[in-house]
Amino acid sequence: MSKQFTLNVNGVDRTVEADPDTPLLYVLRDDLGLNNPHFGCGLGQCGACTVHLDGKPTHSCRRPIAAVGDKKVVTLAGLGTPEHPHPLQTAYVQEQVPQCAYCINGWIMNAAAFLRDNKKPTDEQIRTALTHIKCRCGTHMAILRAVKRAAAMMG
Amino acid sequence: MTKHEQVKNFSRRTLLKAGGALVVSIGAPLTFDTAHAADSATAVATKPPLMPDQLSSYITVNADGTVSAYFGKMDMGQGLSVAIKQMIAEELDVPYANMKIFIGDTDTSLNQGGASGSTGVQEGGKQMRMAAAEARRVLVDMAAEKLGVPAGQLTVKDGVVSATGDASKKTSYADLIGGKFFNVHLDWNGKYGNPLYAPGKAKPKDPKDYTIVGKPIPRDDIAGKVFAQADFAMDIKVSGMVHGRMIRPAIAGAVPVKVDESSIKGIPGAKVVWDKGFLGVVADREWDAIKAARALKVEWSNASPPFPDQPALYDHIRKAPTRKRDVGKHIGDVDAAFKTAAKVIEAEYEWPFQSHARMGPGCALVDFKDGHATCWSGTQKSHFVQMGVAAILGIPKEQVHVIWTTGPGSYGRSDADDAAADAAVLAKAVGKPVRVQYMRDQGTAWDPKAPASIHTARAALDAAGNVIAYDYLSKGFSRVDVDTNGSQPRDTLAGQDLGVALKSGDGFGFPGDSYGFANKRTAWETIAPLLDRASPLRTAHMRDPVGPQIHFASESFIDELAAALKVDPVEFRLRYVRDPRDIAVIKAAAEKSGWQSRPSPRNDQRGDKVSGRGIAYVQRGPTRVAVVAEVDVDRSTGKIWARKFTVAHDCGQIINPNGLHHAIENNIVQATSRTLWEEVKFDKRNVTSVDWRTYPILDMTEAPAEIDIVMINHPEIAPTGAGEAASRPVPGAIANAVFDATGVRIRRAPLTPDYVKAALI
Repeated sequence: MSKQFTLNVNGVDRTVEADPDTPLLYVLRDDLGLNNPHFGCGLGQCGACTVHLDGKPTHSCRRPIAAVGDKKVVTLAGLGTPEHPHPLQTAYVQEQVPQCAYCINGWIMNAAAFLRDNKKPTDEQIRTALTHIKCRCGTHMAILRAVKRAAAMMG
Repeated sequence: MTKHEQVKNFSRRTLLKAGGALVVSIGAPLTFDTAHAADSATAVATKPPLMPDQLSSYITVNADGTVSAYFGKMDMGQGLSVAIKQMIAEELDVPYANMKIFIGDTDTSLNQGGASGSTGVQEGGKQMRMAAAEARRVLVDMAAEKLGVPAGQLTVKDGVVSATGDASKKTSYADLIGGKFFNVHLDWNGKYGNPLYAPGKAKPKDPKDYTIVGKPIPRDDIAGKVFAQADFAMDIKVSGMVHGRMIRPAIAGAVPVKVDESSIKGIPGAKVVWDKGFLGVVADREWDAIKAARALKVEWSNASPPFPDQPALYDHIRKAPTRKRDVGKHIGDVDAAFKTAAKVIEAEYEWPFQSHARMGPGCALVDFKDGHATCWSGTQKSHFVQMGVAAILGIPKEQVHVIWTTGPGSYGRSDADDAAADAAVLAKAVGKPVRVQYMRDQGTAWDPKAPASIHTARAALDAAGNVIAYDYLSKGFSRVDVDTNGSQPRDTLAGQDLGVALKSGDGFGFPGDSYGFANKRTAWETIAPLLDRASPLRTAHMRDPVGPQIHFASESFIDELAAALKVDPVEFRLRYVRDPRDIAVIKAAAEKSGWQSRPSPRNDQRGDKVSGRGIAYVQRGPTRVAVVAEVDVDRSTGKIWARKFTVAHDCGQIINPNGLHHAIENNIVQATSRTLWEEVKFDKRNVTSVDWRTYPILDMTEAPAEIDIVMINHPEIAPTGAGEAASRPVPGAIANAVFDATGVRIRRAPLTPDYVKAALI
């Protein structure tokens, strides 16, 4: 049965009607027009749907809307803009990271949380932190370069 | 404005308007004057028909002097659109920043074959270069007439044509033709697809004069994706659209015999679409469509499990009757030479089925009304999808408009074309636009597979240790069990589900090398598919089709010969390789990697952690690649880390070293994943690789520490493919390095920890 929910998404309160068990992913994409989180697996295995909930990387494909509550939702579109980019977005463009780019929510949203909590990480720490994210095109080398570049920018 | 309108109106007419062009309605009736002008003028206000022999089909100059290119090959994320813009800007002498490119829309571009066989630059770029050269020639002629200066005394810079030595006499492309269309015929070879070629009278530039080609210009599509502003095919929505999901059988080959629609009656708007083997659901909301697909009660036909047990796969291939045999090359008399051999060395190698397993499972949107269809798809081949959707809907292809939109990874004949056909069937059945996306299990288990195969190699040696004969045979499932595109219903799941019989094609391949053995035979044999209808193990093209498997075996075997003769693997190759460009890549990779000459294996390491290095080299068409892999092997776990690669790559003229570098790097990493991890699992009933746990790929901790790339540039040699070539030497290089480290030859992929550990005991 459909219910009304108010979500704070990228700093704006949005009201939607949806079944309580609807994963946040479909609400963001289909009701709020935020296409960027992508369906990759629906199983929390790949990362393509990742958003931040109160700053914590979360698989939006597995999080029912009823379990979002008043947590602040931030998508890749809310992480930064061309005018005010997140360092990872700047680094991604500079390093020309993606091939198809379908996976980038997982990498950027997870790396953003990781770099926020880990200043000057080592190569091994970055790799370990991002182990569970998938990239099928094999852009791993460029991803590593971009995360290191962003880490340097963030000091 | 909705997204739909934005995309749908992405027509040439709008683009010309946007460029400030003279606006002439394409549909407006011709007056006597315009008709007369169209007959003779090189610039016309009305667009000539979209035909390969018309220059306007490839290039137009907008009123503001910007240049629009219309391209029938797709950029799957390797920077092809930048390379094409560079090639056109170079020939036309316009600034790169003034170039625009519009890709893969069937209303505005020709069928140039789509993304296919790494021919984006090799074939597509060749045509666009010739078209641009002809456009420049025509524009200079027009300027000559306007300025009263002979064409030979004109120079062009940044789209401005001026008299040499008298800059006051000048005009611009924008003044000459901006906003109008070329009315110039090209010498078309009559072919569509990859071989389409239609040069004009002009000769392209001498590469020594290049100022744009060869520059590392960055891609311009990345920021839109990074800032969440660009749409993928998955992201397109149209008014009135409903969501579709497909339902596949638990036993491959089973078809629905009873469908209980009441089982989903509580789900708002949920409807069943069932026709023979085709079974899908639609609902207004996406989550409802997913729930309906899960809840629908279906009784399936009593199909016999169609597959062998997985451990019996290679035996099945060995014993299966050969459907087609092709001896690609037989130099000398191999059989006679073997009779004189002092020693014979032979080996057999095995390669599994592999899945494209794209990050986003197949997705398409089809809007079908009043006999016309619009399809949004991330396919590699929109012009072929146009034919396929038309055939499924029973309408002429001219009534189908395919709008290509970027998709999630693309490595060949994926499930993108299946999704377009499914969406067409659903849209026709429910009378509404339908967006269908597969679920993860369908994206992995039910996409077309790279063929499994076995490869046998034999070599005859004389008493002095010279190779006097070489005999190589691949036997496996066909690379074209279903075709390379979805232009015919028989090659899509929807078509086969609706009863169109599969017409399984035969194709495999040969090793690409220039080993000059006096007697040499390379051949392939194909076998029938395991299931002849709507099979999750139907086989087709996947990145560098059959290249990784063939060269895993051929380059491992060359290494086995070197080891048997106790010769350094680089030195052994150089003894027999004949082509100078092949020799150059082998030497470049060896030198850059700091290769120490000695035979493999090392035999000097103790303990669990051992390291080794291996080389492999290949041709892929006219492109050559050599790769040195350096690996660490943990004997206690069997785990391999492909720590470093050194790559020497020669694809002729380099258009964009930035794009090329990324293409090579990504090939190396993806091929490492295929070598170390990727194997489609199945049981007798169905494919059991259904997600990332059951179809693991390389993760970030397993990515190499370093990929060192030597790009060999030959400006004087026509550019050839780089989209796939670096994939094929990787499996052999890794296996050879593992042998060097451990002394154990692994002849089956993938080299998973379990398999390697067992082999090392």
